[in-house]
Amino acid sequence: MEAWEIAGAAAVGLAAGVTSGLIGVGGGVLFVPGLVIFMGLSQLGAEATSLVAVVLVALVGAWRQHGYGNVRLRDGILIGALSPLGAAAGTVLANTVSERALELSFAAVQLYFAWRLAGRALFPPAPQSASLPGGGDPRGRDHGP
Amino acid sequence: MSSRLVRLAAIGTAAGVFSGLFGVGGGTLIVPLLVLWFSYGEREATGTSLAAIVVIAALAAVAHGIYGNVQLAEAFVIGVPAVAGVLVGTAVQQRISERVVAGTFALVLVASAIVLVA
Repeated sequence: MEAWEIAGAAAVGLAAGVTSGLIGVGGGVLFVPGLVIFMGLSQLGAEATSLVAVVLVALVGAWRQHGYGNVRLRDGILIGALSPLGAAAGTVLANTVSERALELSFAAVQLYFAWRLAGRALFPPAPQSASLPGGGDPRGRDHGP
Repeated sequence: MSSRLVRLAAIGTAAGVFSGLFGVGGGTLIVPLLVLWFSYGEREATGTSLAAIVVIAALAAVAHGIYGNVQLAEAFVIGVPAVAGVLVGTAVQQRISERVVAGTFALVLVASAIVLVA
C-alpha cells in the first residue's frame, strides 16, 4: 500500500462515515468503489471487505444514536434478523430476471421514495398529534399487545 | 402475528433482497420505509436503520468471510476513518432539522437511482 492509496481510502472512508451518520445508511455505496480504486481489490473482494467496514460504522453509529434516544432496538434487530430471507430471494431473483429490469425497477422505487421524502422536507407533516393516513402506527405503540 | 411484525418482516426482506442483488446494506430502503410506513421521525429512522444494518452486514460479512473474500487490513484502512466520520455525522444530525435530513436523503436517493440506471 502506497501512502497516497491509504490517504485516498481514508478520505473515502471519512466521507462514507459522515454520510452514514447523517442519513442512516451503511456506506457500502462509497466503500466498494473506494476499495476497488485505492486498495486494488476486485469487485467481489471489495463488496465482501466493505461489509466489515459497514459493520464497524453501523455499530458505532447505532451506539451514538442510541445515546441520543433515536434507536428502536427491537424493530432494528427484527428487520436485520429477517433480512437473510430477502437476501436468498434476491439471489433467486437475480438469476431469473434480467439485471437491467432489476436496476430500472429499483431506480424507480428509489425515485418514488425521493419524491415522498422531498415532500416531507418541503411540506413537513404536522407533529404526531395529527391523524395518520395510510394505517401508519402512531409513535409510541412500540409496546402494543 | 401482528400486522406491525409483518410489516417489519417486509422491510427486512426488502432490505435483504436489495443487499443480495446489489451488495449494499439496504439502508436506502429501510429509512424511507420506516418514515413513510411506520411514521418514524427521520432521526429515529436513521438510528434504527443503523441498528438493522449491523445485523444485516454482520451476517453477510461472515458468509463472505467463510469464502475467504474479506481483506481485513483494507477493511480497517477504510473503516477506521469511517468510524471517525460517523461520530461527526451523528453529532451533526442532532443539530439540524429533520426536514434537512429528509431532503438530504431524497438527494442521495436520486443520485443512487442515476448511478443504478447509468
